[in-house]
Parts: sequence; structure tokens; C-alpha cells
Amino acid sequence: MADLKLVGITKSYGGLAVIHGIDLAVRDGEFVVFVGPSGCGKSTLLRIIAGLEEVTGGDILIDGVSVTRLPASDRGLAMVFQSYALYPHMSVRKNMGFALENMRLPVAEIASRVERAASMLQLTPYLERKPKALSGGQRQRVAIGRAIVRDPKIFLFDEPLSNLDAELRVATRKELAALHAEIGSTMIYVTHDQVEAMTLADRIVVLRAGRIEQTGTPLDLYNRPANLFVAGFIGSPRMNTLPATVVTAGPDGGMMLAGREIAAAVPDTLKPGDAVTLGIRPEHLATVIPGDAGRSQASDLTVTVDLAEQLGSETYLYAQTADGNPVTIRQAGQITITRGNRIDLLIQRDALHVFNSAGLRVAQSATETLG
Amino acid sequence: MKIAAFLTRRRVAGRRIHWTDIVAYGYLAVGVVVMFGPVLWLVLSSFKTPAGLLEFPPSLLPMAQVEVTVPGQPQPLPLFRTTLPDGQVRDLVQLRRVGIVAQMADPKDPTQTFRVPIDKREPVRAFAMATGNYTEPLARFDFLRFLWNSIFVTVVATAITLLINSMAAYALSIYEFPGKGFAILTVIGTLMIPITIILVPVYLVVTELRLVNSLWAVILPGAATPTGVFLLRQYMLTLPRDLIEAARMDKASEWQIYWRIVMPLTMPALAVLAIFSVMWRWNEFLWPLAVLTKTESYTLQIGLNAFQGELQTQWHYLLAMTVMTLLPIALVFVFLQRFIATGIGNTGMK
Amino acid sequence: MSGRRDGVSTDAAQNGPAGTVPAAAIVARPLGALIALPLRLLDAPMRALQRTIGERRMPYVFLAPNAAFFGVFVFLPIAINLWFSVTGGPALFLSERPYVGAGQYGYLFECGSFLDPNSCREDHFWRGVANTAKFTLFQVVAMVAFSLITAVVLNMKIRARGFFRAVYFFPVLLSPVVVALIWKWILQRDGLLNAAITSLGGQKILFFVDPGWAMFWAVLVSVWAHMGFYTLILLAGLQAIPADLYEAAEMDATPRWRVFRRITLPMLWPNMVVVIVLALIKGVQTFDEVFVLTGGGPGTATLMVVQYIYETAFSNQVQNFGLAAAASCVLGVVLFGLTLAQLAASRRRAT
Repeated sequence: MADLKLVGITKSYGGLAVIHGIDLAVRDGEFVVFVGPSGCGKSTLLRIIAGLEEVTGGDILIDGVSVTRLPASDRGLAMVFQSYALYPHMSVRKNMGFALENMRLPVAEIASRVERAASMLQLTPYLERKPKALSGGQRQRVAIGRAIVRDPKIFLFDEPLSNLDAELRVATRKELAALHAEIGSTMIYVTHDQVEAMTLADRIVVLRAGRIEQTGTPLDLYNRPANLFVAGFIGSPRMNTLPATVVTAGPDGGMMLAGREIAAAVPDTLKPGDAVTLGIRPEHLATVIPGDAGRSQASDLTVTVDLAEQLGSETYLYAQTADGNPVTIRQAGQITITRGNRIDLLIQRDALHVFNSAGLRVAQSATETLG
Repeated sequence: MKIAAFLTRRRVAGRRIHWTDIVAYGYLAVGVVVMFGPVLWLVLSSFKTPAGLLEFPPSLLPMAQVEVTVPGQPQPLPLFRTTLPDGQVRDLVQLRRVGIVAQMADPKDPTQTFRVPIDKREPVRAFAMATGNYTEPLARFDFLRFLWNSIFVTVVATAITLLINSMAAYALSIYEFPGKGFAILTVIGTLMIPITIILVPVYLVVTELRLVNSLWAVILPGAATPTGVFLLRQYMLTLPRDLIEAARMDKASEWQIYWRIVMPLTMPALAVLAIFSVMWRWNEFLWPLAVLTKTESYTLQIGLNAFQGELQTQWHYLLAMTVMTLLPIALVFVFLQRFIATGIGNTGMK
Repeated sequence: MSGRRDGVSTDAAQNGPAGTVPAAAIVARPLGALIALPLRLLDAPMRALQRTIGERRMPYVFLAPNAAFFGVFVFLPIAINLWFSVTGGPALFLSERPYVGAGQYGYLFECGSFLDPNSCREDHFWRGVANTAKFTLFQVVAMVAFSLITAVVLNMKIRARGFFRAVYFFPVLLSPVVVALIWKWILQRDGLLNAAITSLGGQKILFFVDPGWAMFWAVLVSVWAHMGFYTLILLAGLQAIPADLYEAAEMDATPRWRVFRRITLPMLWPNMVVVIVLALIKGVQTFDEVFVLTGGGPGTATLMVVQYIYETAFSNQVQNFGLAAAASCVLGVVLFGLTLAQLAASRRRAT
């Protein structure tokens, strides 16, 4: 168990910089998820922490001690690889005990640690098997078990669920959460899947092109994305982003959206005429039942439906505005709307996100700025 | 013929037999005779007595004249099918021979003797293996010494080759380091340089190291085979990098990663190299010929070549020794044939 | 954790290349056990070394033994060889050898006409060159022809393919000395072949007294001994040709000969090039088989360059190391050229 501190980490291959100065502090016992699109540097960052990649600049501190110059084997961390990286020629028992042998632990101690981890992971019947003779899920658990027996300072996970099928991925996700709750170790987890990030993390670090875009709890990120990138990356289906123009600023302000002025609180930092981007999550759009009196006044936006996806419990509507911007609407229950239907939408005002022309979130109020 | 019927039986019923199929089986049949025949002939010949070897035309199987122990005679006597002057044909033993006339006796009743011209009789022969061809050289020559030398050279050289080649291949496949490109280049550049080219200077080096006539002079110069490094490296490049990194996370030292992770996973390639090395070393000729000049340090191949010179007229020993020399490699072949073939087919080297 | 998937799933794919070749286990297990002990003993010193010099310098440690052997027994000799070839005298040690410049080469190349070995000062060398060239040419042609035919036949839908492949491959493992002795025994005056000839009404032929026959058998014995190797390379190439090409041709009712010419040969060409170049290299290096079979005779009819080098350096009355070194430098240049060709060919095969 340990805390981790990254100070100004940079990494470049030849002249190509892939990590541009990362600063991050991970608390003891925290479950931190690095998330981002492929190529964002999240795996490189994890491997830098592990000691498998050398840093170009910056410092890595574990429990306040710099480990930047230490090789991977001396950092006391354990890693679960995407491919599991089980030693094919060793039995499960040998796989899990390998690190302990290298640590020169007594044979009895190795056996008891391996057996404890195996029973925790329900691997006891398979201890003498080779990885080849295990299912994907079992291999995955052996890989985790190999990390657990070490009792490492920090667990590192590199997309550990990406080789599992959807059903197993959900199950293993829950088990990982339970595992973290049980052993309470510091864990750093890399994924490109924002659902995994949302469900597992105490804190999410969103990375793009070698930079941290935002750090926060899952709901922080969901409710107050710092910029358009995070807004688009976190949440599924992704947040709708629509161009708008400020008409009047202030709590009772207004904006022009798709040719219609809507009343909304506009942060004071904005001036009339400023171009902004509105972020609206699909569940924050409500359809106005057709036939309601005075609908054109009541509705904020009128769209034409391209496609309706019926999921049973809810319905996703894919539509576009009059000026051609795509809009996704998430409605509870089953709605029968066909392609080409025009529908009117209401925007839930307190869930409206405003981003300035640089794509950065414009704080709605002083309280939020502090949060 | 049953075999022919078996061989031509179609695997897929209903496919017509094309004329090329018949030609193919004909070619294969000839192939079996041409490829296996000489070796079989060698083995059969090696069991013939010196007299049997001098026969022309030679008999197919090793035959020897039947000898019969006759009461009253200290030695077993040779048996002949004799045509007596009266036209009667009887099997008689030869008691003694004077010029062109032999004194013969009935083996059942040695008192009954005949005088017969030697062209009136033919030896009675039966299948007999002259195992003395094998046992006598063992006593007369230092065959066991040569055998031991060959085994020592083969085993030690193969062990060294496997160890240092796999270490080098490991360095050249798993790591990135300055000078790696140059090292790979030298390996590839020397792939085809045979020891022939540098015979004289290697001889000088070995002399300087005071190794002439030592088996180490045979073992050491060829130990670092570029072929082996090349083969093993190609194989190691296919190992997942994650395994190496996982081992590093598991606190394994680089040396442990080498022998506990990479070596076991490279076993198929190591086995191929081991077989090659055994083959090379067992059959090696020119270099040992140059560097081993004392009989007691001869390997089998050199010993055999020396026999060849000394025993020009003693083919019976020479053939037996030849069989003894090819036997170990033939056994290796019988057990690992398929494996060797795939190895060579895939790597294109021997 | 969940036990839902505890059955061994069918997707238990290979987790790496281990265990793919069952035969490996036969060799691997005892070998592994034997090797493991000294390797384990090296654990502690190696770990200490790694601590001292750091992980990044470890590859040099792994490279060192092989490099040392290479240096002492390959690079140093190559350098010495060059020095030998420009010095003279019978002395083996470098310090005792007087510098003669290109004298050895000049002596080697002193010829009235390069087409006539007899007009050269060192006629044995040039006979060796001529014989080696003749031998290599015939041998490569015969080798390619026989191994191609054999590979094609072995690639057909024949029964007992493994057995036949083994039959053709078997002689590859035999030592050159054994091969030569087997054939010497068959080809001798009262040997099996002459017995066959006389039984058919012919006259005994003294194969090793007639220069033409001696060369013929030198080539044929060499082909006999090595064709299995080249057959395997070609067979691997044939088996790599996708079956759907043949199936497509069959759908078009293409005659077999056309299939062979239009599909098999072009697809096999890269492997053919490898075979040709390898056979060239081995042909130029030929020594032991022919040496034991014919002793280079009759006269110098089958004397090869390598035998010339060996005898000049080791078995002549006066050991002329300088001349032998010069001759091997010449041979080395030829082989180096062929190696480059081989690499180019392999690269083409790989792409």
C-alpha cells in the first residue's frame, strides 16, 4: 500500500514527445483510472510508473521516495497485462509463485500465499494446470492472482478486460471492484472504455495526446466536464454539442440555438454575440408530446429523426437539427417514432453545459467554480 | 504385389488415376532403392567374411562356408558339395588339399575318404554373420577411444553452442542497445564463411593456445555458430514482449528472464539447433583432420579415414567401422526424423 | 470471483509458442534438466552483476561469450589470413614471416592462359578451380533437377508421404566420410555396380581410374547425399502455395502441366533461388566427400580448391601457409559474393 506522485513526467521517442509533463498525486488505497482514446499515452504513462519505460524528464515518487531511476523489478509494483502475459510453460501455481521465488521467500510462505490468493480467486482446482488449459476468464484471474500474491505497493492494470467477451467483462468488472474493496490497495487502471472508468474509479484521469484533460470523480467528470473533449468522452451515448450564440448574459439570459432563441442562464463572463458550444446529454432532452397546444413556443429545438433504436427499457433517437447538427435523444420507455418524423425537444436547463470558443467549460456560477 | 496395391489405393474414392500418379510411384520406388540401397548394402556387406567380400559377383546376403566338426579332427572342417567320379553328389568335408586335388571325407563317417579334383566341388554355404568384423577392430584398434572422443566432442560442443548462442540470441532479440545493429550484421555476414576459408589462421590460433591434438581444438572454434544465433533469434523475436516485462515486474533478474522464461519457450528452436549441432559435430571432418594428428585424439570420422588408408585391403573391418559410425546418427534420425525435417524445411539450413 | 466459466473453454488458444512441437519434449526435458543446474548456480552472481552495471548493460554480458568466441576464432583468423597471404616462408608464426606483398597472389595468378591450368605456375590451384567449377556446375544442375522432381512428387497426394520423405532425407545426416566409403565400396572394381553391369553382359568399369567417371560419381554421390536437404526447402515452398490457387485451376479444368508451369514454378521461384545459391555455396566448399571417395584422383581429375588449400597448408612436404592463405582469400571473396546473393534471395523469399 502506498501513495504515488508524478511530477512533470515527460517522455519522447527520438524527437517525438508523447507525454507532455504529467503531474498527478494518487492517494494510498485509491483506485485511479487512466482513460482516453488510443494513442493518448495512457499505457505509456502506466509503463513509466511500472518502470518498463524510461522517463525523459520528471520524477516518480512512491511513498515520497523517488523511484525514477529504479528498474521495474525494484519498484515493488505489480502489473496485470492486457495479454495476461502468463508464462506458458509454467503451471498456475508456478506462475503465481514466480515473483515470490525471485523475492527468495521460503517455500512454505510461497505455497501459503499462492493458495490464499487462489482460493480468493476460486482458482484452487486449477493450480497445477498450464495457462493453455484455462479459459479466458480463468487466465485473467491468474494474472490478477500473480499480482495479489506479491502484496505490491501499487497494482497496475493495463486494459485487463479487453480480451474478455462482453458478459464476462461486466462480471469481472464487479469482481475487480469487490477486490479493491477487500484488499484496499492503491490501484491504477488503464482503459479506453469510459464505462469501465466510470464504474471502477474512485478518480478518473482523462488523457489526450499526452496531457491530462481533467481529473476527478466519475460524477464530477460526468456532471462538470472541463472541456468539450471530456464532455464527449465521458458518457454514453456521447453528449450532444450544438453551436449557439449568446444573446444576453446573466441568470435570465438567452442564446440563439438553431435559429431559435432560448432562455437560459448564461454565465456573466460571456458577452452578447459570443459564439459558444452547448453541451446537452441525451437524457437531458425531453420530447414534447405532439399535439400539445402552443408547442412551438414551449419547445427549445426541433429536429428530424434519422433513426430510432429500441432497447426496450429505453429508446435512442438519432436526429438532426434544421442546420444539420446531429442530436441524440435518450427517452425512457418505448416510443414509436419513424425516420423523417419531426419532433420538438425541451432542454433540461440545469443540465446545460456551456463551452466557450476554445472548448473550455464556462462556469455557471461561483459555487461551481470552486467545486 | 501387396505393397504396390496398398500404395496405389486411392485415399479419395472415385478420383481417376492420372498417369502422373503412376510415374510418381515409380519414381518413389526407384528412390527407395537408390537412397536406401547403398546403406543397406553397406550393412549387409559389413557382416561378410573377408572371403565373402572378395567374391565376384557378390552375394546379396552375408554367406559363409558351412564348417562341420568331425570326430577325430581337432578343427571344424569346411563342407563341400562334391561330385564324385561316379557322378554321385554328396556333401563332404575337406580333410586336406594337395595342389588341385583335395582329400575329402564323409562327415558322418570320417573313415570313408575320397580324392576329388577341386573343380568338382562347391562350397556349401549358409547365411552367417561375420560379427568378428565388429568385435575384432574393437580389440585391435582404439575404436572405443575414437568413439569416446566423438561423443565428448559432440556433447560438449553442442552444450557450449546452445548456451552461448542462446545467450547472444537473447541479447539480440529482447534488448535494444547501442551496437546491436553491428552485432546482427556480423552474425549474418559470417553465416556462410566456412572454417575452410580460415583453416590456416585458426590453426595458428589453436597452436598459440596450445590446443593442437586436444579435443578442445575441435570443440572451441566452431562453438559460436552464426547459424545458431540467427535461428534462435528469429524464434525469440516471436515471443510476446509482455512475458519479458511481466517477468521484470515479477522481480526476475535479466539472467533469470533468460533461463527461466525465454529458454524454456525457445525449446523447439533449441532442439532444432541441438540436432544440427550434433549432426555437424559428429560428422565434422576437415578441421579435426587438420588439428588432430595423434591417433589417441582422433574422432570417429578421422579414425575411419585413417582406417581407410591403412586397411585398404581390409574392407571387412572398414565396412563394419563405417556402420558403427553411422549408427548413432541413424538412431537420432529414426526418432527425430519428422522433427528434423520440419526444422530444416522451415529454417532452410543444415 | 465468479465460477461460471470454470470449464476449460474451447477457446483455450496457444498462449505462446511453447508446446507446439511435441517432439521437442523428447529432447527438451532431459536437456533442460541438465542445463538448468549450472544456470541456476549463476543466478546469484548474475544478479550481483546486474546490480553493479545496471539492467541496460546486461545485453553486453549476454553477448560477450559468443562475441569472444567469434573474435578469437573468426575475426582474428580472418585478419591473420590476410596477413598470411602477404607473407612468405614456411614459418607458422607471424613474427617469423617475411613480408612479400602481393607475391603469393602473383604466384597463384601467374598463368600463360587462364583457360589452361597447365600454363600456370601453380597448376594444381587452377586445376582445382577448374574442377570445382565443373563439379559445382554439374552438381547444381543435377541437384536442382532431382530435388525439384522429388519435392513435386512428395507434394502430390501420395500415400506414406512421411516415409518417402524420410527415405530421401536420410543420407543428409550421414557424414561425408561414411557417404564416400559407402559409394567407394559399391563402385570399386569388384563392387555391386560392376556386378550388375557384368550380369547384364557389360564389361567391368574402373570408375576411379577414368577421369570422366570419377568426376561423374563425385557429382552424383554429392547429389545423393544432399538432395534431401534441398528437397525439404522446395517442399516447404510447395506447401506454402495456397491450396485455393490449385482449386481455382481445377475449376477451370487447367491441365496439370500448365498448372505446374503457370502456378507452381512461379510461386516456387524464391525457394528455387535459395536452393540454387545454397547449392552453389556448398559446391564451391566441397572437399571431404570427394577427398575420401577419389582422393582427388585419378591424377588431379577431382582435385578441388579446398583440397588444394588443405594440402598446401598441411600435407605437402613444404607447408606453404602463405600460398594456402592467399588461395583461401580468393575463395573467401567468391563465397562472400555468393552469401550476398543468398541473403538477397532469402529477403525476396521473406517478402
